[in-house]
Amino acid sequence: MSSIAAKKVPDAFGHFGRYGGRYVPETLMHPLQQLEDEYARAQQDPEFQRDYDYYLKEFCGRPTPLYFAERLTRELGGAKIYLKREDLLHTGAHKINNCVGQILLAKRMGKTRIIAETGAGQHGVATATVAAMFGFECVVYMGAVDCERQELNVFRMKMLGAEVVPVKAGQQTLKEAINEAMRDWVTNVRTTHYILGTAYGAHPYPLMVRNFQRVIGDEARQQILEKEKRLPDLLVACVGGGSNALGLFYPFIEDESVRMVGVEAGGKGIRAGKHAARFQGGSLGVLQGTRSYLLQDKSGQIQLTHSISAGLDYAAVGPEHAWLRDQKRVDYTYATDKHALEAFMKLARLEGIIPALESAHAIAEVIVRAPKLGKDCLVIINLSGRGDKDVSQVATKLNL
Amino acid sequence: MNRIVERFARLSREGKKGFVAYIGAGDPQLAATRRLALAFDKAGVDVLELGVPFSDPLADGLVNQLAAQRGLESGTTPAKVLATVAAIRKTSQIPIVLYIYFNLIHRYGMEKFIRDAAQAGVDGMLTLDLPPEEAEVYEALMRKAGLCNIYLIAPTTPNDRMELIAKRCAGFIYYVSREGVTGMQTEVADTISQMTKKIRAHTTLPVAVGFGISTPAQAKAVAASADAVVVGSAIVNQIALCGRGPDLVPRVTKFVKSLVQAVKKS
Repeated sequence: MSSIAAKKVPDAFGHFGRYGGRYVPETLMHPLQQLEDEYARAQQDPEFQRDYDYYLKEFCGRPTPLYFAERLTRELGGAKIYLKREDLLHTGAHKINNCVGQILLAKRMGKTRIIAETGAGQHGVATATVAAMFGFECVVYMGAVDCERQELNVFRMKMLGAEVVPVKAGQQTLKEAINEAMRDWVTNVRTTHYILGTAYGAHPYPLMVRNFQRVIGDEARQQILEKEKRLPDLLVACVGGGSNALGLFYPFIEDESVRMVGVEAGGKGIRAGKHAARFQGGSLGVLQGTRSYLLQDKSGQIQLTHSISAGLDYAAVGPEHAWLRDQKRVDYTYATDKHALEAFMKLARLEGIIPALESAHAIAEVIVRAPKLGKDCLVIINLSGRGDKDVSQVATKLNL
Repeated sequence: MNRIVERFARLSREGKKGFVAYIGAGDPQLAATRRLALAFDKAGVDVLELGVPFSDPLADGLVNQLAAQRGLESGTTPAKVLATVAAIRKTSQIPIVLYIYFNLIHRYGMEKFIRDAAQAGVDGMLTLDLPPEEAEVYEALMRKAGLCNIYLIAPTTPNDRMELIAKRCAGFIYYVSREGVTGMQTEVADTISQMTKKIRAHTTLPVAVGFGISTPAQAKAVAASADAVVVGSAIVNQIALCGRGPDLVPRVTKFVKSLVQAVKKS
């Protein structure tokens, strides 16, 4: 895999091979350049790094444990399974890692207003949280359907002082929320920083968000070496835009022996409009600032998607994932709603941990794979978030 | 000669300002788009800007989003828009620009789309989300096909970038008169004349100004410092009000005529 390191991606324009780039209206071109320049300066600034580390530790609760899931391991009867406990972070998911980084950048750039999109609401809550802590005005765009199915997070954002704008266009989920956030940004770009929540969008977002999330993999690598005195054999994470997966995978990318699997949302099965598995039914296209795999019709209109988990219910995937797939460095598969629900319950009953429905997709894949792997095989699942937000939806689904 | 270039050369000779009218293709259906185009030509519109409907028009305000939605609901595809342009061309030489999101071109096949567009009688394209940095191949294909590649300049565009854009643009430069999405405004930005002056320091191309202009009085005011004025949402809004009613074409054309007259008198 030394070839991966030699292929230095992204290039100066944010291209991961044929993916990525910066496809936005002219009004945003210069602001994105300013963001790229400021991020580059911040990376060289020890004070920025110190602040970022400080807030991750003292405010968010890092490092998160790498927890041996003993009963799940025994039940599946194969590989030894560890959970990277991002669900224990402040606000309940990995999203806050990126929000801390970006709010510090917004402060450096002298912005006074923060906007964000959110699907499951986890990124919205994390954004509202850092905005409250640093005293920024905050507006979060959220699809009206998502507002309903993740109502708890809407209340949390409001309590944190954010304005939540329900977006009623299209299918009223994450994609429409991003459109609306970009419209706001184009209009208010001089005062406003857009905290994009995943490794998607125009350069430098995919690179920057991945780097703010790599703390997950950096910790996991050190923790597994301490506990097992060797590298893991397999990493598994769910992939919506793909930031939690890249965060875990990236620090292992040059370790040839470590295999990686990204799990997309298979929804009700791989039929047009019924899923969000871009690598199953998707094709190359350009959406919301970047070139990657999308679910689109033959004319290039973006297709409807479905997933039980709002955070994975999105028509496109981060460009670096598309590139890693081409390099055959990461394998991509999917889990259906049904399997994700089963995994959700299994983890709750066996380990006393209620996972987010997003993360339950990764668990579902391990439930399939682990029994086929030897007992000496080490697996790390990124438990990217906790499931409090999902309990009423799951209770309804399962008639609990 | 390209119809856009020809039209601006004529306007310049005659000392007149140009008027660019935007409508969403297929709103409420493509047959109406064709009839509106022909009526606009007779009403003195200099350039027709046709929005190709896209599912995710992130640079557009609500009025144009709804137009795109109506366009999609009436079954409009990029291929059908090209066929409509070819139908307009049977009786009209009005310069036509496609206002389009890049994914539609990408999906069709860039080379094929540009070739088919030229063949249908399109004169230029404004690809909203394709900046010069990503457009090397596109620009070469556009030149080869004889199409004008129209770029936007925004209030946030710094001087050195203006120079880059001016160099790589053809036909005319489209100055977006304010930060934001397309849509009607009660006041037009007061920085327009400063910005058009700045842009002209880099280029001899005509400068069209748009975004937010919605009344004849605003159009007239903007025409004082521009070579052409673009009106979109205000016209699209008229179309929305008429819907599929029988007076769609005369009513919308009457409004467009009032804008043309305001611009021509300035």
